[in-house]
Amino acid sequence: MPLIEAKNLSKSFGAIRAVCDVSFAVDRGEVVGFLGPNGAGKSTTMKMLTGHLRADEGAAVIAGFDVADQAVQAKQHLGYSPEGAPAYGEMTVREFLRFAADLRGLADPAESVRKTLELCRLNEVAAQTIDTLSKGYRMRVGFAQAVIHDPEVLILDEPTDGLDPNQKFEVRRILKEMAARKAVIVSTHILEEVGELCTRVIVIAKGEVRCDESREKFLARGSDLNAVFRQLTA
Amino acid sequence: MSSSEKSPSPGLKPFTAMVRREFAGYFRTPLAYVFLAVFNAFAVSLAFFVGGLYESGIASLDRFFLYHPWLWAFLAPAAGARLWAEERRQGTIELLLTWPITVWQAALGKFLAAWLFLACALLMTVPVALTVGWLGDPDWGVILAGYTGSLLCAGACLGIAAIASALTRSQVIAFVTGFLACFILVLVGYGVFDELLAGLLGSTGVDEIRRLGLWRNLEPFTLGLVDVRPIAYFLSVAFAGLGLSTIIVERR
Repeated sequence: MPLIEAKNLSKSFGAIRAVCDVSFAVDRGEVVGFLGPNGAGKSTTMKMLTGHLRADEGAAVIAGFDVADQAVQAKQHLGYSPEGAPAYGEMTVREFLRFAADLRGLADPAESVRKTLELCRLNEVAAQTIDTLSKGYRMRVGFAQAVIHDPEVLILDEPTDGLDPNQKFEVRRILKEMAARKAVIVSTHILEEVGELCTRVIVIAKGEVRCDESREKFLARGSDLNAVFRQLTA
Repeated sequence: MSSSEKSPSPGLKPFTAMVRREFAGYFRTPLAYVFLAVFNAFAVSLAFFVGGLYESGIASLDRFFLYHPWLWAFLAPAAGARLWAEERRQGTIELLLTWPITVWQAALGKFLAAWLFLACALLMTVPVALTVGWLGDPDWGVILAGYTGSLLCAGACLGIAAIASALTRSQVIAFVTGFLACFILVLVGYGVFDELLAGLLGSTGVDEIRRLGLWRNLEPFTLGLVDVRPIAYFLSVAFAGLGLSTIIVERR
């Protein structure tokens, strides 16, 4: 059974068709790079997968649970970091993660917070309010709340956006460490990330899947990935 | 931190976490203390200087509670403005709605926390009651009824504030619209406003509408009459507001 299933997902906003009949399935151990130009429908698809947006048509299934009908069960298996990694700015990092742990009903929330702070290298800012953090740390806090319950499914919307090369390296390192046990979708428009992080690539443009193939196949399309990307999304 | 550590049924834990965070959230900014100070300053000065509580020579708090609909109409939307508007502004609503808690649980948690905060404000006026007790010999049962009525009135205003907050990402807009809606409910039952309505609707229509006024429903409490009808009124406004705000959040 795939851990993530998008079944004919469609979504319109007024007259604009943002996502049109998108289907794919992601198994454990896969890290899917979700590529596409801005406004292609990446975030909308992710929002439907995570249950934040209701699909007009089609269904999203997480770990066997339909996100619309069995929302709470589906969300228990899901870790999600939305674009820009929003967080309660007035809380400290530790308080925020503790809140996330409590809200998820974790058996030992204090221990989960301790381990997550360590995993995401957040110990030195644990007592700082999130509003005072640099962008790199904020993104890591967003990532931390998504992995605090060690979910089987991880959906990350541009987790490396705006990070410096060292910070990007750090996020990729953590992701790689846990990827084998999870099904992961990472949206990005950084093409180099494909080679370094992903096992599979889905390119989406104008709300439609333009290509869904293994990393090797995608990289074999040409040496100039930017040209490949332009051609696929034209 | 493995999947097996997830307790099979989190029970009330997520809900209580929600209430705690929201309640503590009020005290994370200086605004809460300003709010409490303003509420107390107005509650006390309106009762003593406008209502003439001392000069009346009667050991009763009805002149104190008389102004509570006005206070709640202003301050419940102030406290309730952040309920959803702030989640939208910070973008955290996307987190909240993808965490394993239902919108209803989240909404109820937020609402109860805000109501609890308003209860704290009300509790801080207890010295007024103690003063009356020191000066005379009031009926404590009546005073308790008055406090109960005031708290219910606060809940009704908060219900309206919750709807206003669910509709926007701006706390200012949420506050202003919430205040205006509550303000209308305060005006209903006041002579001038009723005459205006009578001109439009005829006297029978006005009679029905007058029943919806906040003061009309709070007054019996201040006289020590705890009746089912005003309790039902306040609770239905509170929970209708809670329900509607939840539906708005779910639909968006």
